[in-house]
Amino acid sequence: MHILIQGGRVIDPAHQFDAITDLFVAVGRIAGLGHPPAGFKAEQVIDARDCIVCPGLIDLCARLREPGQEHKATIASETRAAAAAGITTLVCPPDTDPVIDEPAVVELIRRRAKSAGHAWVLTLGALTHRLRGERLAEMAALKDAGCIGVGDGGRPIANTLVLRRALEYAATFNLTVFLTPLDSWLGHGVAHEGPVATRMGLPGIPVAAETGAIARDLELVRDLGVRVHFGRLSSARSVELVARAQAEGLPVTADVAIHHLHLTETDLAGFDSRCHLRPPLRGSRDRDALRAGLASGVLGALCSDHQPHEPDAKQAPFGDTEPGISGLDTLLALGLRLAREGVLSLPTLIERLTWGPARILGLDRGHLAVGASADICVFDPEADWLVNAATLRSRGQNNPFIGWELQGRVTHTLLEGRMAHPSEA
Amino acid sequence: MRDAEFLIEAMAVQLRELLTRRGIADPALVGIHTGGVWVAERLRQRLGIATPLGQLDISFYRDDFSRIGVNPQVRPSELPFDVDGRHLVLIDDVLYTGRTIRAALNELFDYGRPASVLLAVLVDRGGRELPIEAHVAGSRLELPAAQHIQLTGPDPLQLVIQTAP
Amino acid sequence: MSASHIQLDRQGRLLHFLTIEGLTRRHLTDILDTAESLHGVAERRVKKLPTLHGKTVVNLFFEASTRTRTTFELAAKRLSADVLTLNIATSSAVKGETLLDTLRNIEAMQCDMFVVRHEQSGAAEFIARHVKPHIAVLNAGDGRHAHPTQAMLDVFTIRRHKPDFPSLQVAIVGDILHSRVARSLIHALNILGAAEIRVIAPRTLLPAQVETLGVRVFHDMQQGLRNVDVVVMLRLQRERMEGALLPTEQEFFQRYGLTEERLALAKPDVIVMHPGPINRGVEIDSRVADGPHSVILEQVTNGIAVRMAIMSITLGNHARPAGENL
Repeated sequence: MHILIQGGRVIDPAHQFDAITDLFVAVGRIAGLGHPPAGFKAEQVIDARDCIVCPGLIDLCARLREPGQEHKATIASETRAAAAAGITTLVCPPDTDPVIDEPAVVELIRRRAKSAGHAWVLTLGALTHRLRGERLAEMAALKDAGCIGVGDGGRPIANTLVLRRALEYAATFNLTVFLTPLDSWLGHGVAHEGPVATRMGLPGIPVAAETGAIARDLELVRDLGVRVHFGRLSSARSVELVARAQAEGLPVTADVAIHHLHLTETDLAGFDSRCHLRPPLRGSRDRDALRAGLASGVLGALCSDHQPHEPDAKQAPFGDTEPGISGLDTLLALGLRLAREGVLSLPTLIERLTWGPARILGLDRGHLAVGASADICVFDPEADWLVNAATLRSRGQNNPFIGWELQGRVTHTLLEGRMAHPSEA
Repeated sequence: MRDAEFLIEAMAVQLRELLTRRGIADPALVGIHTGGVWVAERLRQRLGIATPLGQLDISFYRDDFSRIGVNPQVRPSELPFDVDGRHLVLIDDVLYTGRTIRAALNELFDYGRPASVLLAVLVDRGGRELPIEAHVAGSRLELPAAQHIQLTGPDPLQLVIQTAP
Repeated sequence: MSASHIQLDRQGRLLHFLTIEGLTRRHLTDILDTAESLHGVAERRVKKLPTLHGKTVVNLFFEASTRTRTTFELAAKRLSADVLTLNIATSSAVKGETLLDTLRNIEAMQCDMFVVRHEQSGAAEFIARHVKPHIAVLNAGDGRHAHPTQAMLDVFTIRRHKPDFPSLQVAIVGDILHSRVARSLIHALNILGAAEIRVIAPRTLLPAQVETLGVRVFHDMQQGLRNVDVVVMLRLQRERMEGALLPTEQEFFQRYGLTEERLALAKPDVIVMHPGPINRGVEIDSRVADGPHSVILEQVTNGIAVRMAIMSITLGNHARPAGENL
């Protein structure tokens, strides 16, 4: 299928490319940029005037709830929503049920994603068996089965000796380790330990729960030279620690979830369970530092931290609810809001959503080089839309931005040269 | 504007005569907040009654709680004497539908069982909705529903008639 | 906080009683004044008022409590309401009906008021947001967040002894971290304009940045109790030792227990309060608990009148059509 994406502003941060031009797709690959390759005959033309054309977004952390929690969402439903949101690659953490600690689970996810056909789903394998933090998982087998890294799936390993050995074992097979920066003992709260939690009587999670874990993990990185990625920082001090480690040359990367760049602890007002998150929403100083960290590149990727829930999971008193936001649908528009507010430039934003995550994963994607898989996102940066039940395509409606008017809407998403959105199905 | 003191004098005369006729030597006066208490204070002085004045706020006994809720200006009811077996004189400023008196009687009976209850009012303006009548009235007149009569005070005490807008 | 947005109607009248936060001085004094007039009911022959005759009050206690439940029951009955008590055990191991389903089932029984106690902060507000509009919700304690009726009976008690709030120095001693009683009382005292509110506790029992609630922090009883008008002792629960917040009850009493010597540092007419039940020899010495400064039993009596006032006012406001004034 020969597709011409015409007249859009093509932004490919991996190659520092930013210009209004045509993009040519053939046989599922990027075939040309600027002028058509020999023999190209457009069978489909996408009018991308006044739109941005960029690599399909890569989401470093999205829970698809399959296998094990299909009452919340499925691979089919969530990848479909992802495609509508311009996301062509999703990274699924290992805390499924069963946990991704055997090749069979990796294979199941791969097959389901392929059969749905809306987006690439990459898997992170478990660091420990059943994610219990005691015995190592068969990381070599998981790598062979296709896992692009290993991680703790949001269940940090409390035993430092086990953690050290798990990191060392992963390094043997050149696997990047995706860690949740949280001290198990200090993490037993539901909100940021500060004046808001004090007033609301909510058990707090201190900043030290995150920074303590980061500091400890950095020392292990220093010792072992293993590549570590910290998922979802929430505090200013954490950004400082990671920045310092990177300056020293340690192989450390980190990401931030989009909602931590917009919301703070005050958004818990009224015990809004949609703002019950882990890590919790902290203060405005933390939010500002996270924004600066994203802009400077200390935080190399922006992710959705997508956690769709069924209504019951959020309809209870705050402490009884499950944490998480269903964030796929609003990732791009909320990112664009940051660019509009001057936090970072548009090309930098796109980099943090494409090439940045790709580099963290060590994959050759998230760019528009000729020959690359045609995973492309076309969006109208000026299109207004209201966040509501109809525009949230994910099965999970737990999104506190409902009612917000956002700007920036995906018009087309191509997955390997096929139209993943608007859906052909 | 009517001078209420004049009417209270008339009440005192009627009441003195009624108490004598019934052989009641030691009545206790109970005024209904707020106007009834002002009138009752004056009456108690004029009749030289030793027993301290009882005061009732009937807010919690009103039959229209479902419609108007609780009045935060409510004062505590106080009956500084034993109601059981006592002859009481219940006093209010204006007798109209009779519902206030109904509520006051209910409240009195929650304190105890009086020997009798006489009703003395400053003004009986007609318009009764319940079978209740005053034994003593400073003045009796018929006022149309659109007109309101109110006792202002505590000093001077004056009756004001207003037409509702 | 937006709890006020749902506990008040458009005219600013109380529809629910969820938290002291966001209420005005007028709200509080109206309750105190109404409670004052209800206080004498307990001394009458017929300890009842007909005010809530025909109304049904449901005690929804997700967290067990005999004492609070009994006073609410008594308050409702003294107003002639019918009372239904539901003790709903919560166990995370036994996931039965969702809270919402429980509410729907009870709503189907045509009730007018829910009195709710729950272990989670924000539970009362959650329930108020989800019940039918004609139902009034009273918070009988939600997690660490609020216990507004207790705060009202506390300030009612204080007002009866020391009505001049702007001159008052009040000390609250003990486990502030876990205390909904402390939080609500602090809000009430601030709204009523108390001169100074002090919290006295070891650091482990103080929530983060507690000064932001409008209090002055002390770690020492000698300093904290100096010249205070009111001392409020909080109950210390056994679990605090297990959570490594305190070493022993003995050490707590040694440093923070209210003894006669320590009480002597306060004003000569100081009053001693405690939400109960008291742990003798842990937070308070028996001689103080039973002594002339103690108003602890008075608090219990006052609790009934205060709850009667709050019930009458909130249910009364539900009955009133919008826009109608007194």
